[in-house]
Amino acid sequence: MQGRGGLALLLAAAAVSGCATQDKPEPKAPPIRIDLDPYPSTYNRYPGAVTVIRGATIFDGEGGRIDNGTVVLSAGVIQAVGGADVPSPDGAYVIDGQGKYVTPGIIDNHSHLGDYPSPGVDSHSDGNEATSPVRPEVWAEHSVWPHDPGFSRALVNGGVTTFQVLPGSANLFGGRSVTLKNVPARTMQGMKFPGAPYGLKMACGENPKRNYGGKGQMPGTRMGNIALARATWIKAQAYKRKWDKYDREGGDVPERDLAMDTLRGVLAGQIIIHNHCYRADEMALMIDMSREFGYKIGTFHHAVESYKIADLLAREGICSSMWADWYGFKMESYDAIEENIPLVHNAGACAIVHSDDSNGIQRLYQEAAKALADGRRMGINVNDEVAFTWLSSNPARSLGIFDKTGSLKPGKMADVVLWNGNPFSNYTRPERVWIDGAQLYDANNPQRRPVSDFELGQPGEGDVK
Amino acid sequence: MIRAGLLGLLLAATAVPAAAQTIAITNGIIAKGDGSDPEQGGTVVIRDGRIVAAGVGVSVPAGAQVIDARGKWVTPGIVAGFSRLGLAEVDLGAPGSDDTNAASGPFNAAIDVTPAINPLATTIAVSRADGITRAIVAPAIPRSIFAGQGAVIDTGADMNPVTSARRFQFVELGEAGAGAAGGSRASAHVLFRNALREAVELARSPTRIYSPDARRSEDVLLTRFDAAALVPVLQGRQYLLVHVERASDILQVLGLRREFPGLKLVLVGVTEGWMVAGDIAAAGVPVIASAVNDLPSSFEQLAATQSNVGRMHGAGVRVSIGLINDNDTRFMFAGRQYAGNLVALSRLPGATGLSWGEALKTITSAPAEAIGLGGDFGSLAPGRRGDVVIWSGDPLESSSAAETVFIDGVRQPLETHQSKLRDRYRTLERNTLPEAYRH
Repeated sequence: MQGRGGLALLLAAAAVSGCATQDKPEPKAPPIRIDLDPYPSTYNRYPGAVTVIRGATIFDGEGGRIDNGTVVLSAGVIQAVGGADVPSPDGAYVIDGQGKYVTPGIIDNHSHLGDYPSPGVDSHSDGNEATSPVRPEVWAEHSVWPHDPGFSRALVNGGVTTFQVLPGSANLFGGRSVTLKNVPARTMQGMKFPGAPYGLKMACGENPKRNYGGKGQMPGTRMGNIALARATWIKAQAYKRKWDKYDREGGDVPERDLAMDTLRGVLAGQIIIHNHCYRADEMALMIDMSREFGYKIGTFHHAVESYKIADLLAREGICSSMWADWYGFKMESYDAIEENIPLVHNAGACAIVHSDDSNGIQRLYQEAAKALADGRRMGINVNDEVAFTWLSSNPARSLGIFDKTGSLKPGKMADVVLWNGNPFSNYTRPERVWIDGAQLYDANNPQRRPVSDFELGQPGEGDVK
Repeated sequence: MIRAGLLGLLLAATAVPAAAQTIAITNGIIAKGDGSDPEQGGTVVIRDGRIVAAGVGVSVPAGAQVIDARGKWVTPGIVAGFSRLGLAEVDLGAPGSDDTNAASGPFNAAIDVTPAINPLATTIAVSRADGITRAIVAPAIPRSIFAGQGAVIDTGADMNPVTSARRFQFVELGEAGAGAAGGSRASAHVLFRNALREAVELARSPTRIYSPDARRSEDVLLTRFDAAALVPVLQGRQYLLVHVERASDILQVLGLRREFPGLKLVLVGVTEGWMVAGDIAAAGVPVIASAVNDLPSSFEQLAATQSNVGRMHGAGVRVSIGLINDNDTRFMFAGRQYAGNLVALSRLPGATGLSWGEALKTITSAPAEAIGLGGDFGSLAPGRRGDVVIWSGDPLESSSAAETVFIDGVRQPLETHQSKLRDRYRTLERNTLPEAYRH
């Protein structure tokens, strides 16, 4: 990743080369690198006490379970995870976890919090740049309102510690996503997950063709969707060739194109594809398109028909990010079934429970419970601790941050939830939540609860929400 | 073959069960839906489509068909407290299948949803399979504050879905009403008063409504049918469900009874109800609330908190829960999840929730009582309709499933489009014929 100020250098270089063309050919100027991180994270973890939770049932987020377990958090990271024999460091704050459960923080890889914040008024509607079906140049982070009251609900009710904000699905290419830590901040950069790769939102199916076909503009059909996407990738390949050559050989700086920068990042394997796609047949088309142009699809989102091609998805190593039971609200969700998540899991493919909703993000653990039970009823016997991977390690992998969070392993970020019961229950709530070892929610302490700027002085400000 | 079987069941299941049929469900954990706690080892007896008795110590009548529910939970069927169930097969991009509103039609209050209810909608089958047996169904507003007349339906696999037609009029008097009235709440209230005054004129002289020489004042805004539809509202012969969220809007609605004392009000939505809970309780007006709305998702919901239902209940408000603009055509199964969440709140420091029995009541007898049908369905009290569900476990846990569903004493098929897709794609190995032959 390049340092800051690259763009300024780039502009300066362009000016210089503009003059230089008047003279005799000179040795090619060395290439100027594009700054790949011009809006860098300024997130810094908040202080946390050395904390030990003892006697709880632990789901480690990778499928492991420890009864009567111990978790030690220190200096922002998981220090130790084990049984009752794990010692407490001197002076540690010890929490009795008897009858309670400890898990990694939940990760929602499909949210629009911040881009479609509450209140959902027109002035706040910043999630779809629905002015052209091809908008890879927009970045969801530039729409994030850091005072969205939804963040706090996701934290205290949902145990969500990390989430991906995606642009909407009006466009074939919706723009870049951003991964945020669920820590209130004055700026988006203050929430930005350090080192998380960018994603690119793509969409197939009804939404793009509905948004543009009605305006007499391409795409008006599913075949139009694919044709326009292919034409765009063809441009992206040419752009990448041009810039790769420049990066190798220097010389005249090629013209810069923000949209193509993003697609070049995808083709170079630096930006992860998050593809909104409901139907099995369309997912198969998207997979072929990715082969045609040489990129990899990371995750299909919504993916309500993944169960029809779970074998293909397992083979391709593509995750499916799904609801437990949303169905029928549009034609492409007509064949959604309640067993989709367990069927995908059972086929050996990567299953993720996602929300796409500011209410649903508060209940992802309950949604996982439904999917788990529906699977068991059809004979897919997944253990609770394995099902928790749908909420933690699998979405972390989908976002390219599994080396940093998403499971309770020593050295990882101390993103941890203590639940007041088994998390696969409608009766359970988070009791405490830590992010990077800082306790940011405590059900027993009204001071350990975020209140957004927007809600200050409003009725119900101090409520447990 | 399975298709033929389903059709057979469909034809066999009618609103009127076979005479003298007696069913006894024994040994279950029984929750009556009246607010009481569940009881271990009880019996529910259904005869001729109605509940005869339910509880511990109830004896099994001779000749009864006995269903052993040991280890299972038995409750009244779930009632969707506010919904648009049966009005839309698909919500988006399939307009022919959606009858929730008539945005470019000429009528409003006169609209009666009953002709639009499709008992064969997949949404009804999915709801039935999750233990929802009745639903309060409201139209959505067209270009007026008045949406029209809503019905109560059952989800039975038969062609007679309507339990009570034209049970209520539905009106929007919050943000949505303001929008329909041209842009302000003040305008919505004037529209409302004007409409009821037009109804007053018709009520004085019923021949003005339908007689060949029907005449009205020239100074009217509503069509004659719309004004006529408001006569029973004015006279208190039809419930008036009013959707409002903001505390001040709630008080404005309660105040309407000073001017129109006959109104039988039911408040719907009521996110900020906790702020004026004492007034709602004093007015004796029932509430069908959104259960766990906690986001200030609009400026009429700034005070949203999940403790709303619990606080209103604590203040003496008769509260039930519904799916107000919350996937109201199809996600009826969310009701019991929300009810479970209300129980969770009772265990959360600083929050206010409901006991388990009260939570179940919000999705069974309380919505029925809100519209004056508590004597007909919604609980396991003697004489109520034989709407009974046997669950695999605690019904307020979404992980539990409805295993057996009776509506009016008739056992229902629980197969759906979705369950058949599941069975088709249970395995993906290539067979001697394509998947389309697995049915």
